[in-house]
Amino acid sequence: MSKLSKSNSSTSMMMDKMFRYFGLACTFFALMILAFFLIKLLSEGASRIDWTFLSSFPSRSPEKAGIIVPLVGSFYILALTLVIAIPLGVFSGVYLEEYGRKSKLNALIEINIANLAGVPSIIYGLLALEIFVRWLGLGKSLLAGALTLSLLILPVIIVATREALKAVPKTIREASYALGGTKWQTILHQVLPAASGGILTGVILAMSRAIGESAPLIVIGAMLYISSLPSTPLDDFSVLPIQIFNWLSRPQPGFIINASAAIIILLVIILILNGLAIYLRNRWQKKVNW
Amino acid sequence: MLLKGIKTKEKLIETFLLACAAVSVLTSIGILWVLFTESMIFFRHVSIVEFLTGTEWTPLFAEKKFGILPLVSGTVLTSLIAIAVALPLGLTIAIYINEYAPKSFRRIVKPVLEILAVVPTVVYGYFALMVVTPFLQKWIPGMSGFNALSPGIVMGIMIIPFISSLSEDALFAVPKSLREASYGLGATKFQTSFKVLLPAASSGIIMSVILAISRAVGETMIVAIAAGQQPRLTANPLVPIETITTFIVQVSLGDVVQGSLEYQTIFAAGIALFVLTFALNNLSFWMKKRLQEKYE
Repeated sequence: MSKLSKSNSSTSMMMDKMFRYFGLACTFFALMILAFFLIKLLSEGASRIDWTFLSSFPSRSPEKAGIIVPLVGSFYILALTLVIAIPLGVFSGVYLEEYGRKSKLNALIEINIANLAGVPSIIYGLLALEIFVRWLGLGKSLLAGALTLSLLILPVIIVATREALKAVPKTIREASYALGGTKWQTILHQVLPAASGGILTGVILAMSRAIGESAPLIVIGAMLYISSLPSTPLDDFSVLPIQIFNWLSRPQPGFIINASAAIIILLVIILILNGLAIYLRNRWQKKVNW
Repeated sequence: MLLKGIKTKEKLIETFLLACAAVSVLTSIGILWVLFTESMIFFRHVSIVEFLTGTEWTPLFAEKKFGILPLVSGTVLTSLIAIAVALPLGLTIAIYINEYAPKSFRRIVKPVLEILAVVPTVVYGYFALMVVTPFLQKWIPGMSGFNALSPGIVMGIMIIPFISSLSEDALFAVPKSLREASYGLGATKFQTSFKVLLPAASSGIIMSVILAISRAVGETMIVAIAAGQQPRLTANPLVPIETITTFIVQVSLGDVVQGSLEYQTIFAAGIALFVLTFALNNLSFWMKKRLQEKYE
């Protein structure tokens, strides 16, 4: 080793050493910024969070305003989105992975999904404004919002489903065929259950994407100020990110504190969802030892 | 008889599944169709030449001008700032994690960095407005409360994991033999990383950068919150500007009459945004394909 190092100039050895520290510094810089942001956020908003904040309706005075309407709206729209997007996404994934032969149509669908994943979310808002809000006459309702978010997270669920199906070994399928199972029986009773862990992980990640999304919902006209809880899918709604955006655009400092508190709640929900996804992924990888 | 019944059922199920998969194709067609037809109405009133070359964008004023260049310049400016932050940091992190750091470090740091990408953009908007802008104002006197610099920097932090993770994957995919040959010749890790691995992984790295740019171009909430809403053809990062995405949000928030020319402008802005990101995404797919061909 010493002979080798002698054959390299001392400058390059020094560069090597310097880069080691520089790289470490850059990595920690990124992590430190994340930590710094979080500390700042907690110091601004944590003291504002209490039961009244969670359960109060919006108000013109920041001290009385709460997040019950956007909080319920976020969960409501998330539930609707999942009801629409999970079957569509999983069935699409099954078709592409299990049925889609190497046909031209299949190649087209694949390129298409890859492209959709890269379309900015606000463009989905423009699509939804024309089709769901105006054509189907859904207005700025929960259902219109849920349909918008469903299209947005569809590529995520499809890709996760395909990855999970790919991981199921051929032998499982062949065993089922050998026992006389049809293709659909094999998929429904053998392949999908075996892939469920991976699909679930993808679904949860898609949920955490959907709950933080605001731009397309603003475009379809989601209300910034709304004073009653939605009771049917056709009611107007607000969601947490839109409420945060609304509070951030007000000049009074009290609303900024409210925004910080609402962000903490939003981040906690997202971190729980991501933690759950990581836990499920690990458990699934451990359990499945083909 | 029974067998025939099963066959029909299987065929029906396959057709149903195909219909589900077709939804995503319909989504694409829908996007193209909506953007195209709505902006056609817009272009009946405004010439494409004026739209593409005009230097003033005032559709919401009494005297309306429809030159998209100020919005494009705002978009390009914030995206360039974002890349200027994310590229050096992301690439250094990728090289460090790939070549220098112990394996256990990689296993922990990579997912932690990816948290940066799951934080909702409205939250980054808050950081830009409440943390980064006040901090920068201390150092740069005369900087406006709304500007391109602060949201650009924050956007850069947001896209670090795009570049670091994807570039790290590309570096990781470089065949071991290349690395060993370099070490065998007595090269240091630094020399190996920069003279062997980086060129070999270049198309993967460029792909990650293009994807990150595309993400920055389409980013909405950070700029809507912290960059101001004043279309301005400028390269000055210290004054308020407006991006294409912010304009769409601005119109959506106001009470513009549906079907009016002001209302059509968001679709014209939308098609400009779509064309920009579509070109970037496809450039990156093309890169990815080239990368795959190289090692197969």
